[in-house]
Amino acid sequence: MFELLINYGPKLLDGAVMTLQLTFISVSIAGLLSLPLAILRRSKNILWQWPIRLYVSFFRGTPLLAQLFLVYYGSGQFRPELTELGLWWFFRDPYYCALLTFALNSTAYQLEILRGGLQAVPYGEVEAGVALGMPRRLLYQKIILPHTYRIAFPALGNEIILMLKGGAIASVITLLDVMGHTRRVFSQTFDISVYLWAALIYLVITTVFVLVWRLLERRLTRHMFYQRDIKRITPVEATSTKMEASNVN
Amino acid sequence: MSTKSISEAALYAEDLHKSFGGIEVLKGVSLTAQKHDVISIIGSSGSGKSTFLRCMNLLEFPDAGKIRVHGEKLDLSQNSRGGRSKHVQQQIERIRSCLGMVFQSFNLWSHMSVLENVMLGPCSVLKRNRDEVEVQARALLDRVGMLEKCHMYPDNLSGGQKQRVAIARALAMDPDVMLFDEPTSALDPELVNEVLLVIRELAEEGRTMIMVTHEMRFARDVSSQVVYLHQGRIEEQGSPEQLFNNPRSEHLQRFLSSQY
Ligand SMILES: Nc1ncnc2c1ncn2[C@@H]1O[C@H](COP(=O)(O)OP(=O)(O)OP(=O)(O)O)[C@@H](O)[C@H]1O
Ligand SMILES: [Mg+2]
Repeated sequence: MFELLINYGPKLLDGAVMTLQLTFISVSIAGLLSLPLAILRRSKNILWQWPIRLYVSFFRGTPLLAQLFLVYYGSGQFRPELTELGLWWFFRDPYYCALLTFALNSTAYQLEILRGGLQAVPYGEVEAGVALGMPRRLLYQKIILPHTYRIAFPALGNEIILMLKGGAIASVITLLDVMGHTRRVFSQTFDISVYLWAALIYLVITTVFVLVWRLLERRLTRHMFYQRDIKRITPVEATSTKMEASNVN
Repeated sequence: MSTKSISEAALYAEDLHKSFGGIEVLKGVSLTAQKHDVISIIGSSGSGKSTFLRCMNLLEFPDAGKIRVHGEKLDLSQNSRGGRSKHVQQQIERIRSCLGMVFQSFNLWSHMSVLENVMLGPCSVLKRNRDEVEVQARALLDRVGMLEKCHMYPDNLSGGQKQRVAIARALAMDPDVMLFDEPTSALDPELVNEVLLVIRELAEEGRTMIMVTHEMRFARDVSSQVVYLHQGRIEEQGSPEQLFNNPRSEHLQRFLSSQY
């Protein structure tokens, strides 16, 4: 079992780098796309609403694997057209296909999460900003978005973890992420323990991620904690560090 | 009323109409607030007091009527989709920034400290210098007795404390007119006075104020004018003595007797 680790460990670690890369890039792209789309989705304009609804129901309603095949093998059907458009280099590469699919898929989920967050922003607080004469941009920047992301934060973390694990299917289109390397090693050694090591790698990544995410969440929601002994401390920094310290205990 | 007094009025509303889903809530309400006036709006629940107040800073858009702030006429035109041109929107935002609003439910920004709540308006809307704003914000918080809590978050304050911060937040914009919508209705009885005390001080220093209130005794004490709203119309208006001691309308008589 450990012999396997010595021989193939570096390979698995290469796979981990690939997995992290795929997840990080696709989830980040989705993070950028999902906010404007969620805002448009909430607009009363049907012109915006319906295409976004269709998009979301497609990507949430079909398996990720099917989506990946559609993009990777489906694009092969249109090779001449894509070549003409100068896009073939992109679609012939399984790495880009996986990135595109994962980003589109995660956008759909994140969009729905943010939509829920936007909906849950306390309306009175927005109105207080309106009454002060804040233009739309300021309302979003200072009031709506801080609330939205705070509300959506745990669900977004969850979505990222799901993407990280769901990303394992990239191995099916020959990508060498953790799962890809694992399958390869297994076909060479027939040693089942390699799957155990793979599982452990995923477990370590998700555990670290959960810890970091929880720390961030605590920072974001520090206003919700009960403040004690506040009178003795004045600067804001002192207040927040003190509170974090007391929450760790 | 003379055109001069209209153009000099701090806030002037004429014949405001507003319907929600086919039900007319305001049926032509007019009001003139001269500088230093303290006007109380009273009336039973559902008579349209909040709607009227919210129409004046356009949190609700009146269906018809005229509004002037310091003689400046508000452009209430909307396009067919209910949107507004950029120019009109900017005028509305500018007007709102000089009408301070205090809500029944405080509506403090829960993710900001007390100090940040007071500073946000002047810093971001009026684009004033942060350091100066902070000095002013601390002075205002001191006035409402909330300075030592300036780094707390709203969730950790009592209702009365929240409302005092909300008043400081509105004052920080240095508004020409303060609008209060039942500022003490959400408070426990023992917290009402600390808020009324702050409002009374503002009245005494000559702030122009319009407030919807259920505190009859307070209204009688501080108001220069009282307006009784009934089913979307002003049924009676005049000095506090006149309205509270000699109510002419039958509805007002009944309303007042139900209040004590
Ligand atoms: N946004 C809205 N949509 C639909 N109906 C509304 C809306 N706002 C107010 N109304 C209705 O308009 C009427 C007047 O409401 P308003 O809030 O102005 O009364 P009010 O005099 O302030 O009463 P209260 O003393 O209870 O606060 C009520 O019947 C209310 O149901
Ligand atoms: Mg009301």
